[in-house]
Amino acid sequence: MTNRPQPPAATPDTAAPVDVPPPAERELQLMVLDVNGERHEVITEARRTLVDVLRHELRLTGTHVGCEHGICGACTVLLDDRPVRACLMFAAQAEGARIRTVESLSARPPDAAGSQLSDLQRAFRAHHALQCGFCTPGFLMLAEGFLAERPDADTEEIREVVAANLCRCTGYQPLVEAIEDCAAARRAERAAASAPRKEK
Amino acid sequence: MRRIEDGGREDGAYEDGGRLIGRSVPRREDPRLLTGRGRFVDDITLPGTLHAQFVRSTVAHGEVTAIDLDGVRAVPGVVAAYTADDLGLGDITAQLARPVEEFVPTAMPVLARDRVRYVGEPVAIVVARDAYAAEDGVEAARVGYAVHPPVTDEAAALADGAPLLHAEAARNTLVDVRLFATEGIDEVFAAADRVVRVEARTGRQNALPLETRGVLAHWDDREEQLVLHTCSQVPHQVRTVASRCLGLVERAVRVVVPDMGGGFGLKCVVGREELAAAAAALRLRRPVKWIEDRKDALSASFLAREQHYDVRAAFDAAGRILALDADVVCDMGAYSCYPFTAGIEPLMAAAEMPGVYKVPAYRVRGRAVATNKAPTAPYRGVSRPQYVMVVERLFERAARELDLDPVEIRRRNLITDFPYTGVNGITYDPGSYRESLDLCERTLRAEGWYERQRAARAAGRHLGIGYSCFSERTGYGSAAFAQRKMAVVPGFDLSEVRMDPSGAVTVTTGTMSHGQSHETTMAQIVAERLGLELDRVRLHQGDTDRVAYGWGTFASRSIAVGGSAVRLAAGRLGEKLRAIAAARWEVPVEETVLGRGEVVRRGAPGTALDYRELAEVAYLRVDLLPKDIEPGLTATAAFDVFNDGTFSNATHGVVVELHADTGRVEILRYVCVEDCGVAINPQVVEGQCRGGIAQGIAGALFEQVTYDAQGEPSATSFMDYRVPTAHEIPDVAIHHLQTPCAFTETGAKGAGEGGTIGAPAAVLNAVNDALRPTGVELDDIPITPETVHRALHRRHYQESAR
Repeated sequence: MTNRPQPPAATPDTAAPVDVPPPAERELQLMVLDVNGERHEVITEARRTLVDVLRHELRLTGTHVGCEHGICGACTVLLDDRPVRACLMFAAQAEGARIRTVESLSARPPDAAGSQLSDLQRAFRAHHALQCGFCTPGFLMLAEGFLAERPDADTEEIREVVAANLCRCTGYQPLVEAIEDCAAARRAERAAASAPRKEK
Repeated sequence: MRRIEDGGREDGAYEDGGRLIGRSVPRREDPRLLTGRGRFVDDITLPGTLHAQFVRSTVAHGEVTAIDLDGVRAVPGVVAAYTADDLGLGDITAQLARPVEEFVPTAMPVLARDRVRYVGEPVAIVVARDAYAAEDGVEAARVGYAVHPPVTDEAAALADGAPLLHAEAARNTLVDVRLFATEGIDEVFAAADRVVRVEARTGRQNALPLETRGVLAHWDDREEQLVLHTCSQVPHQVRTVASRCLGLVERAVRVVVPDMGGGFGLKCVVGREELAAAAAALRLRRPVKWIEDRKDALSASFLAREQHYDVRAAFDAAGRILALDADVVCDMGAYSCYPFTAGIEPLMAAAEMPGVYKVPAYRVRGRAVATNKAPTAPYRGVSRPQYVMVVERLFERAARELDLDPVEIRRRNLITDFPYTGVNGITYDPGSYRESLDLCERTLRAEGWYERQRAARAAGRHLGIGYSCFSERTGYGSAAFAQRKMAVVPGFDLSEVRMDPSGAVTVTTGTMSHGQSHETTMAQIVAERLGLELDRVRLHQGDTDRVAYGWGTFASRSIAVGGSAVRLAAGRLGEKLRAIAAARWEVPVEETVLGRGEVVRRGAPGTALDYRELAEVAYLRVDLLPKDIEPGLTATAAFDVFNDGTFSNATHGVVVELHADTGRVEILRYVCVEDCGVAINPQVVEGQCRGGIAQGIAGALFEQVTYDAQGEPSATSFMDYRVPTAHEIPDVAIHHLQTPCAFTETGAKGAGEGGTIGAPAAVLNAVNDALRPTGVELDDIPITPETVHRALHRRHYQESAR
């Protein structure tokens, strides 16, 4: 025993009721959520926000919580293809909608070279549009939703959208450039695909 | 010094095509962070995890008369609630080795006992099944206070008969130093052609990492260890304080830092809530998680930057500075932070203020006062954004009064001969002070901003051009910190490089990346040194059981100090590889050199031993090793800086337009010419510049932590604490100069803070240039739209006041 650290505080507190049963007052509710194309049944409190259910019940921790009052946008997910703040709605309100999180952006887990990344993710990487990476999933989902709706957006519109979320590391310029680059590449790809094939 | 013409992009070779140093290789951190597979503190959950929140003081200053937690314990889902008395923890005490006239040590309890000193101070911890129930529990707490009058600003703190926050600190003064006082300085002022004065205040700011603070604490029975997963820039210092407060030996505490969502200094001090959660985990023998909410982060976390300067400078008729006399008072809030103390801001300002200029005479008084506000931690730049702003205002004012061009007056005063030992006793290593100013001005001139300004003025618009010149000490070694008389002296760093039997390399650093890309840049340094492919090198950081020791990441020290240790250790591993190869060939070690992933025999073309073969010998065929070579392939190194450190430098140039209708300050152009020595990864350096500049602009124009007369915080959400977005932050053009550092192992200087340091001065000078026709000069930040509107419509406001 002499080698064991024996601080007073390390003694287990036997008086603490560590095994209290779930209190009767907790009102639980069954929710069915469609997340990234998978159906999830969740039994939880009605008051739980969508972001908390995504993160802590479904363990999809890519979506982050930055302010819990709808300003920073770190919790941005797509709800029926449109960006929403997952901290501002209850999970129960998302029943019946298609929810997409950052985990859906690349089909497979990335390798070290990042070869499984989507074009948007690759653009973020190429432009150093992330440093600590905490706001990144929110910006990715914001851009994903926005570009799907406005594929022809110009720089000013993109800047306007980027201004919806907060980033503390990058100074925003790389985010705007990354999204613009991705949009331009998608447009070029579309143009190439729709151009009539020339005979050789 | 030489100019890098482009940023050295990924595909553009920077020096000799094959080298890794100086190349913007893609970041190793990115794939996981882009796919939602990063792992931040709140992403980690252990079986049976409980959640903590804190009962916090609702008064700014008072005695705690009663704490009733019975109602808390009755809340469904609440598992436990503890006060300071229940936990019996040691206090957090930060010390300077200075006499009591200069520094008064004060203790910060983990939970307030009898006294509360700011709104938001933790009084009790509530532990519950989930975070929602924990908040329910907090609401059920009843705490009685005997309210004292609060001390809410510097003037109130220093006033005669002011209420005292700490009985031992007379006049609420925690730090009071008078330094340098060049002999005859008063005579210099008396005889000078011109004396200018700047009195400036800078607003209280929150460093504001987007990830708030947090911890997951649990007792590991098998390891007999308290494990803290926490977001900290200084994991070993957290371990030290946790062991002291909880009465454990340091071995029995393991601090693990996962991915971290920014820190900017706020997370380089040891917080109270993390320790309270750890104590609860020890008592309950269950994992306890605490994740700070944004309201607490804005009001009850660590803050910074509220300073008051009263400074005079003497000039001769040609605009050469003759003397500088400064009085600096920093409002540090209620407590000293560990390990830096309340001296962090005043001592930085006092030591460094003369900066990039040749100042022959200097006198400074620096004070830290305690007020009933959340305490202060270092924040990116630490005092340098403030004193640089004040010094740059002095030069602008002198230029105006002496009718000199504001760039020309700087040119006449900048240090140009290096090394230069200043009046403050600091020796500055070579930099490009003059060159960066020249290039910055040339850039704005070439882009036609001076013509545009003339045209705009003629059209009644308000365009202004402003500059700031500065250097920042980035390689703070133990010698520099010892001069500050810290009781614990940071400075050195350690690294261990280990090659496994397959020839892959693991490297440790005591620094702690939280966005700065160390997994990439440190790997670049090691891969370059050993001639390895980048993906053969993996960095470990932020685990006190994996990393022998370290001082973490702050003060732009990581690449300068940590990167040097990493390179030294890699070099030593290379020596060992050469020794094994020499033994295999039975030749002297001098006949071997490191090649690309192999040891090559000199003068014997085609004779080489691949690292894999050598690693195999070192581990699996040690029978082949001579007796004087130990099995295994590890090497360690420590690095410290034994002189005054190395100084990065930059000039920022800003063009603003003031909008007469709204008072808005619009930044039309931002040019940064920076020199951080050898840039390991230029894209990462640019990222640090841009992000730093955004935070500097935030302090200049937007963000301020405010309180009402009772000391109640009044900016506790992002509605009131105005964090700038992509609307407000402009694109930044960055030009690199490169003056390699002579005594870091890579030639690199630090790059983390410069952007933040230069921005407030440049923006403020540009605003003042735009205001020039009005005769109004502003010296305080943040500059609000109302201030600008009043300046632009002075006559209107004067008339309506009549």
